This record gives sequence, C-alpha cells and structure tokens, in this order.
Amino acid sequence: MFGYLVNRILLMIPTLLGVAVLIFFMLRVVPGDIVEVKLRGDGGMVTQETIDAERARLGLDRPLAVQFRDWMVGLVTFDLGTSMWTDRPVMEEIGLRLELTMQVAIMATIFAVLIAIPLGTISALFKDTWIDYAVRLITIAGLAVPSFWLGMIIILGLLYWFNWLPPITYTPIYVDPLANISQLIWPALAVGYRYSAVVARMVRSSIVEVMKEDYIRTARAKGVYEKLVVARHAMRNALLPAITVIGLEFAFLIGGLVVTEQVFNLNGIGKLFVQAVSRNDFTLIQAIVMLIAVVFIVTNLVVDLLYALFDPRIRLGGK
Amino acid sequence: MAGAVSQPPIAGPNVTYAAPKRHSALAMFCLAQPLGAISGVAIAIMLFGGVFADFVAPYDPLTIDFGAMLAPPSWEHWMGTDAFGRDIFSRVIFGARTALTIGFFASLMGCVSGAMIGVASAYFGGRIDMIVQRFIDVMLSFPIIVLALVVVAMLGRNQIGGIDINLVFAIAIPILPKVARVVRSAALSIREMPYVDAARAAGFGHMRIILRHMVPNVAAPFLIMFTAFIAQAILLEASLSFLGLGVTEPTPAWGLMLSGNASDFYREAPWMILFPGLAISVAVFAFNLFGDSLRDWLDPKFKV
Repeated sequence: MFGYLVNRILLMIPTLLGVAVLIFFMLRVVPGDIVEVKLRGDGGMVTQETIDAERARLGLDRPLAVQFRDWMVGLVTFDLGTSMWTDRPVMEEIGLRLELTMQVAIMATIFAVLIAIPLGTISALFKDTWIDYAVRLITIAGLAVPSFWLGMIIILGLLYWFNWLPPITYTPIYVDPLANISQLIWPALAVGYRYSAVVARMVRSSIVEVMKEDYIRTARAKGVYEKLVVARHAMRNALLPAITVIGLEFAFLIGGLVVTEQVFNLNGIGKLFVQAVSRNDFTLIQAIVMLIAVVFIVTNLVVDLLYALFDPRIRLGGK
Repeated sequence: MAGAVSQPPIAGPNVTYAAPKRHSALAMFCLAQPLGAISGVAIAIMLFGGVFADFVAPYDPLTIDFGAMLAPPSWEHWMGTDAFGRDIFSRVIFGARTALTIGFFASLMGCVSGAMIGVASAYFGGRIDMIVQRFIDVMLSFPIIVLALVVVAMLGRNQIGGIDINLVFAIAIPILPKVARVVRSAALSIREMPYVDAARAAGFGHMRIILRHMVPNVAAPFLIMFTAFIAQAILLEASLSFLGLGVTEPTPAWGLMLSGNASDFYREAPWMILFPGLAISVAVFAFNLFGDSLRDWLDPKFKV
C-alpha cells in the first residue's frame, strides 16, 4: 500500500510539469499581452516608449527562456510572481479567495452526495416505474440546465418570495456561520444540481447492474431482508463507481464555479480567473490554472486511494 | 431480381410470396427510441428556426425600438423586449443560428482532430502512443471551461464572416482530448483485428490502413460523440458568452442575452432571463438525449 502511494505521487510530477510547460507556452505563443490591454484599453494614445517601459517593468521584454526559468523556479519555491494588473503577489490574490471557493465546492459536494445516492438508489430499485422515469427526467435535465441560469432563477425566486438577496460581502464561516451559510448555500445548490444529476445517474446504473449479480440472489435465497440486501450487498458494491464519479466531478465543479461565482457576485477563484483572462494577466492565469490542475490531480489520487481502501481486490491483489 | 420473382412456389399452390415488411432506418429508429425521436424533432425545429431565421422571426433581432423598451410578453412581442426594445422571441430564434453554427463546427473540429489523433496514437503504439497519451493526460487535467478560457486568453478575437473563429477553437480544443481518449481505446481493439494485419501484409501504407480500414470502424462511437459534444459545445458557448468572453454584442446569442445582474433583471424584466435560458436547456437536453438514443440504437455495448 505504501509503495503504491509513493508510486502514485511520483507519477503526478510529470503531469504537473506538463501542465506547467503547456500553460506557459500557450499563453506566450501568440503575440499580444497585458500591456496593450492595460494601456490601449481605453483607446487613448500611448507612445511606444511607454509601452516598452511597462513591458520592461513587468519583465515581458526578457527572453522567453529566462521567463520560463523564473516560472519553473517560482513553482518549486511557491513564489508565482506578482499580478500584472494589480501588482500584488499572485499567492496573496489567490489566498484571499481560496477559502470561499473551496467552501462552496465542499458544500455543493455534500449536497450532491446527499441527494444523489438516495435518488439513484430509489430509481434503480423502482426501475421502469414512474418513480424511475421521474428521477431520470430530473437527472437528465440536470445535465442540460446551465448552472449560471439556474443561479439566476434561484436569485429571482428568492427576490420574488422572500424579497431577499444573498449579501454581496463575504462573511467567513468562523465569524458568523449562519450568515455565511445563508449566503453560500445558493451558489452551492446551483452548481450542485448538475453534480448530483451526474452522480445519481451513475449510482442508478451501477445498482441496476449489481442487483443482477449472483450474490444478491444468494442473499435473497437465504432469506435476508430486502432492506439488508440493498444496504449490505448491493450498495457496498455499487458505490465504488459512484466514488470515481464524485471525485472526477469535484474537479469539474471548479469549472462550474467559474461561471456561477459571476452570477452570485462572489469574489472567489472563478471570478478572479475570469478577470485575469479578460485582462490577459499571464502570471495570474498560469497560477490559477496550476492550482486547478493540482486540485484535479490530487482529487484523482484521493479517489484511487479510496478505491483501494474500499475494494479489497485492489488493495490486496495485483502488484 | 427477375429470377427471384419467377421462382415457382415449392410448398404448394396456396403459398403466397409476400414481401417481408420493411421499415426505413428512420422509422426503425423512431420505433425503438421514442425519446430519441422526440429529441430529433426538437433538433429539427431548432435547425429549421436557425436556418430560416430571417423568415421565421417576426422582427429584426437588431432593430432598436425605444418605444417598446422592456415590454412584457404580449401578442406583439411573445417573449417581451429587452432594454433596447429588441424583440426577445426574434433574438432567441437568431440565437439558435449562432448556437447551432458554433456548436456544430466546434464539435466537428474537436471530434475530427481528436479522432485522428486517437486512431494514429493507437495504430502507431509504442513511444508515439506514450507521448501522445501523456499530452492528453495534461489536457484532461483541466475542467473544460478552464481550458476554453485559456485558449480565449491565448488567441483573442478573430471574426470571420460573423463567427468568431477563435471562439470555435476555444470550444473545440477542450473536446479534442476526450474524443482522442475514447477513439484510441476503440481503435486499439481494431488494430488487433486480422483484417488490419492482412492490409499490412498486403503492403498498404500507414495512411491507407488508418483511413480505409480503421477510421470506418470507429465511425459509430464517433457519430455518437459528435452529437453529444454539440450539446457540450452549445453549453460552453453560452457560458463563455455569458462571461463576456464569447459572442459579442450585437450578435444575438443565448448566453449573451443572460449576461447582466440577476437582481437588475428582476426589477426591470424577469422575462429576459427566462426564455434564453430555456432555449439553452432545451437545446442541450435535445442533443444529449439524441446522442444517448443513438448510442443505444447503434451499439448497446458502447458507453461514452
């Protein structure tokens, strides 16, 4: 188990290195940089000297190899430079917002899992009845409804029925838990709907598969209560694929938040990323992309480890 | 054919040779996949609306009418009007044209390039396969929209004929690695087939083996993915436009029609939110469902 863990962690390094190289060159392969957006943005006349001076200040005039070396050194030392737009350290900009985004992501995950597992199970146990059709309709709609639109509808509903709007200023959970949750529950619901739909579909199809297995028939034949058959024999085996989907979708949740934070006016990583993209703020873009890639890869690792933990075949068998 | 008709009855004079009941492929699909048929009709309506938008839409989507600003839905304006007095129904119809054009081309571009990379990677195997797969691993370690936004930051804007070509790229590039992965695994099993060995033994070149022997055999998963990724592409285009990084004003696009502050919309014109969002949902729903039905129909074993 320990060797497996070390092996998996070592395998993360080439992928992360690949992400770092790819993002660096993707941003710089096409001419045009932040200086033009920053200075020419308002259509004002700017002399070439001013542009050159700004480029020199931001270090964009240095050879690509030098910039790349700095980026690599920065990654190892966790010093990713300063934002080209606000001139504040990138790590500080991200640190300010990480808490909020992670909290929404975790709340959405909890919501999704709490909804998806019972929904998927019920749908599978009542396969091809109207309950199943209703659940499938809800879940397939979850894949189609854009989370930002759902967020807008939620805001509309809150205003219509309660004449209340989630506050715009962020209250950390350790300051006022109630205010914090009443603000963040709505974006969590908006992104969590799609998440729960994906997980519920997975739970349904894997329970349908498992219920056909011989050991379910054996359990029933020896007179085990149907409830226990489902809880002990079916669920335990069926939830393994669900764990994979929960893990994979967690990373994509961050993507959903990029758009949803905009709707709820939340000052999180997603909003920061959109701002960085619209301003061509290279240092900030590459730092956030690295962060998202790390989250994705670490999530995958955790999923694999959980899998090994829950499934003795993987833990004990194989190499 | 003539021989078959003039064939004498064998089992006695009472046997009549009725032609077996034949249904067209389309009718078979509709019978086996009713949901697929319904979503197909929805897609057909959208396509019709998009292609003939100039004739179907009651108003010009760009005409500003200050006399009818923020009008609620009525007989003149079925879905109301926006802050410039533009008819929302007409803008939703023209939005279908934008969404379908970008969705179609982005999905096509992503799927074709992804399939070519996947087939080539599987066919050559070994070191090339290893390098390509690591590259795809890297591309798959971002959420779709993050990769799309990076491409937007990289390419900027480039309007050709009313469509932002770079937007199509930005949507196609995140699709590419997903398709490449699926097609590669389908092609890996085909590579081991005797007919590929036979083609190689017959001295055919790599290109010919790939294009004539392997590509046709991954056509079914390809077609399914192409349909499913149109849905993804439409959703992605709407998200990017909503963020102000996709389609730009005054082009009518569903995502763009939603960009703005929800509480402002509520105060002024809630119907402005309702219809474009419904249009996105219906379009994505229809393409997803159609892709699913196509999958079940073409190959029940295959799962994307």
